[in-house]
Amino acid sequence: MGEESIIGKSVPRVDALDKVTGAARYTADLCPPGALVARILHSSIANGRVKRIDTAAAAAMPGVELVVTCFDVPDIAFPTAGHPWSVESAHQDVADRRLLNSRVRYFGDEIAAVVAVDEVTAERACRAIEVEYEEYPPCLTVEQAMAADAMPLHPEICPSNVLKEHSYSSGDLAAAQAEPGLLHLHRVYRTQPVQHCHIEPAVSFAYGEGGKIVVVSATQIPHIMRRVVGQALGLPWGQVRIIKPYLGGGFGNRQDVLYEPLNAYLSQRLNGRCVLLEASREEVFACTRQRHAITFSYHAWARPDGTLVARDITAWSQQGGYASHGHAIVANATTFLRDIYQDEQALATKAYTVYTNTGAGGAMRGYGIPQGCFAADCMMDDLAQALGLDPILIREKNMMRPGFVDPGTGIACQSYGLADCIRRGRELSDWDRLRRAYAQQSGPLRRGIGMAIFTYKTGVYPISLETASCRMVLNQDGTLQLHLGATEIGQGGDTVFLQMASAATGIPFADIHIVSTQDTDIAPFDTGAYASRQTYVTGKAIKKTGGLLREKLFAYAARLLGCDAAQLQLCGRQIVSAAGEPLISLADLAQNAFYGLDYSEHITAEATSHCADNTFAFGCCFAEIEVDLPLGRIRPLKVINVHDSGVLINPQLAEAQVHGGQSMGLGYALSEEMLYDEKGRLRNGNLLDYKLPTALDTPPLCVDFVQTVDPSGPFGNKALGEPPAIPVAPAIRNALLHATGVAVDELPLEPKRLVRLFQERGLI
Amino acid sequence: MFDLEAIYRAASVQDAIAALVADPEAVVIAGGTDVLIRIREGKLAGCRLVSIHDLPELAGCRLDAAGALHIGPLTCFRDIVDHPLVQRHIPILAQAAAAVGGPQIRAMGTVGGNLCNGATSADTASSLFALNAVLTLTGPQGSRQLPVAEFYLGPGQVALQPGELLTDICIAQADYQGFGGCYLKYAMRNAMDIATLGTAVLARAHGAALMELRVAFGVAGPVPMRCPQCEAALSGTLFRDAERLIAGLVREEIHPRSSWRASREFRLQVAGENAARALRQAFIQAGGEV
Repeated sequence: MGEESIIGKSVPRVDALDKVTGAARYTADLCPPGALVARILHSSIANGRVKRIDTAAAAAMPGVELVVTCFDVPDIAFPTAGHPWSVESAHQDVADRRLLNSRVRYFGDEIAAVVAVDEVTAERACRAIEVEYEEYPPCLTVEQAMAADAMPLHPEICPSNVLKEHSYSSGDLAAAQAEPGLLHLHRVYRTQPVQHCHIEPAVSFAYGEGGKIVVVSATQIPHIMRRVVGQALGLPWGQVRIIKPYLGGGFGNRQDVLYEPLNAYLSQRLNGRCVLLEASREEVFACTRQRHAITFSYHAWARPDGTLVARDITAWSQQGGYASHGHAIVANATTFLRDIYQDEQALATKAYTVYTNTGAGGAMRGYGIPQGCFAADCMMDDLAQALGLDPILIREKNMMRPGFVDPGTGIACQSYGLADCIRRGRELSDWDRLRRAYAQQSGPLRRGIGMAIFTYKTGVYPISLETASCRMVLNQDGTLQLHLGATEIGQGGDTVFLQMASAATGIPFADIHIVSTQDTDIAPFDTGAYASRQTYVTGKAIKKTGGLLREKLFAYAARLLGCDAAQLQLCGRQIVSAAGEPLISLADLAQNAFYGLDYSEHITAEATSHCADNTFAFGCCFAEIEVDLPLGRIRPLKVINVHDSGVLINPQLAEAQVHGGQSMGLGYALSEEMLYDEKGRLRNGNLLDYKLPTALDTPPLCVDFVQTVDPSGPFGNKALGEPPAIPVAPAIRNALLHATGVAVDELPLEPKRLVRLFQERGLI
Repeated sequence: MFDLEAIYRAASVQDAIAALVADPEAVVIAGGTDVLIRIREGKLAGCRLVSIHDLPELAGCRLDAAGALHIGPLTCFRDIVDHPLVQRHIPILAQAAAAVGGPQIRAMGTVGGNLCNGATSADTASSLFALNAVLTLTGPQGSRQLPVAEFYLGPGQVALQPGELLTDICIAQADYQGFGGCYLKYAMRNAMDIATLGTAVLARAHGAALMELRVAFGVAGPVPMRCPQCEAALSGTLFRDAERLIAGLVREEIHPRSSWRASREFRLQVAGENAARALRQAFIQAGGEV
């Protein structure tokens, strides 16, 4: 029973039965009866200042326990991004939010809160609050916010609305462009703001106990949240306890601290009474986080044979009213541009992150790479079309090759399956035949096939710290408990952690139990579920701890049996000799270890894995579509993703992960977009008007893998969580280009945009 | 938790009418798929409800002695879709009801509620316009009949007087017999959506001739509407001419507006295209030779 058998096996999810029967308990299920309910009053302007709030009528309503306003809360600015804290102040996240804000920076900004005996009372009290504003014109776009006369939203942090900018260059761009015979293309690619749409809303409840404030929350990052709640309330971090139960989807929105500090504060103001704060879907849309809209001004110079000679790219990222993850997202996107393709002569990139009076951009599955991939792979097809080349050929000519090392981060390509992924996708999609078959079409219905490729960094090193801890505790019956700070957020983490623990210890999978809930007073430290890090970084901690536990088991057995520990092996539930002869069962060993009269030892192992490593995962998407020109509709016929995520720990869970990403990618490509009106109010912040695709909008989703063995992964594995969402949108856009000859440079590819473009092009 | 002051569960139509007379501000709730949303949004917060949800006499479909088809307004969309009389005589209405929301909404929402909301986007409304449905409204003074086209007064406004309930939807035999029909919903996704534009076409055929045409739209104006000029111009022509001309004719007759959901130009494009496509399907269903 070693890693050979359990790694790569599609064992059923350990949480499946509880989740499908409804036995699994989520945050709101755990809230004790009788808890008070909080509601937030949101601003009805996008830019301005609260001059006066009259709460008298609300406070006088029967059942209202507390009303607080932006003028009551502590004057502490805190950061919300779920990044590891940096011990260097220059690298710390931007602290630009207060629990409630009198300076209103987006439509829906939190300006007051009510706590009452029930939701209806709290809601009525919120409606009874009167607010007087000093209103400023809103800056709803990057262009408006960067205008010379634009009012800075956070003058104490940056004098203009540019939160941060950076540039990168290599080679001599001017000299490279001067080469005779080059094709020069300039395109502007635009991506839209979208949201995660996790099913469980943002929810927490908070209460005081034993001098501490306890927050039970649907979060991806309990240990980071403990620090942020401490910072926001001005409390020592040890006085904050975060409990994270099962969670209904995260996708990065919960790699941020949302209303938990406010929830903790409201409970604190009520002497620790339990307060539930559950956001409505509309609040989740308007007031939590979103994927940054990024615009790329993209110049490329290529030789007729498709060689990419040089690029000059500028990106503007729309941040919204608060920094959250800030510049990290567009910085990741521009780094991607130099990783996925290499220019023979020169590359210049420049990126800006700009405060605007819209909802805040934060982390979302792929962290800037879906945007970067859209720009990069639109340009590849635009070049291919202009040069009359096959889109695969031009990619193969310019894409990352084995041995690549990123010049800025030093991250090396340690295992390489990109070329094989493309080969596999080409076969599965019948690419060569369909490219020819769909080349010359007329009539209202036309088909096309397109593709896109990507690379993705597994963890966040060296941009941020990568660290994880694991604890293993032997039970009295010889089974094991696994404690982690890493979180199950629906992705199947608990199951693969157990598979890795089984491989690392040799103890059968069925004999290891995971403690799924993280309680920061108990759980070992881990920064949580984000990037695509946990199987990689936490996996290393599990492997290390498993080794320590084995040593302790063998040491105890050797003492008990009077033999040499180095000669012992673990086989199934038995400790055996080097010759394979059974010596003692784990159950008997555990009985002795707990209850032996001459020598008891409670066998546990705990280790930190500091991970100063990172590795590139790869993949591609092939999309076949049918376009109904007069109705402006794209019907996806087939979406094929092929991934190199190293060794798969659990192939069935891996495939499910890809399905989810493909679905997210389809929405990004075809229908999803957060729309703001001229006052900065989100028009479509609900699941009717925000067009998340349904099952009936989803074509057959095909998945395949190229399994490389990554030398840096604990079990040969690397990133899988985020990558599936990345390449779908450009693959569909390129299929549309193939079907119609129309290059659409803006997402989503929704019917109103398409009808307009088809009319302009005389297609309808 | 919904913010409502009170709910009265009526035991009969007369009981419901009496309750509405006694409390003119009370809101009628049937399936609740729209009313509960408006309560949640705060637009009806704190309201008092009169529930007609438990009145079996208002649900179901039947044929009368004259061959007219009666649809109880409390019939939920799912039951419209599944009902043998609807499938046999007016499949266009089953098609429209099947286009509403998702399975849960179709199990709760009712065809009468769909009309009484007064929304131009109601999926079943345009088909009922094409079918010349006649509504029975019952109030404290008794019952009266009204063609569905006269029921709609404006966006969200219908001809219900205080204390009145919609109690019957009737389609005369002459309005369904011999017709083929097709409803095409244009929405931004294939389920769980409201119509950007709804197109209902009824056709009677004789060989290659289009004997009679009826065209109705949702979201082509403030209320659902027919296109009488187009119908008059194309009834009695050859199908192949009608199919070529119908897009241009309906685009001249409808008056959709621009909103953030879709522009007037976009709706015009879709209306013309889908009128032609619905005509072809309706004509084929009516036995015409295309």
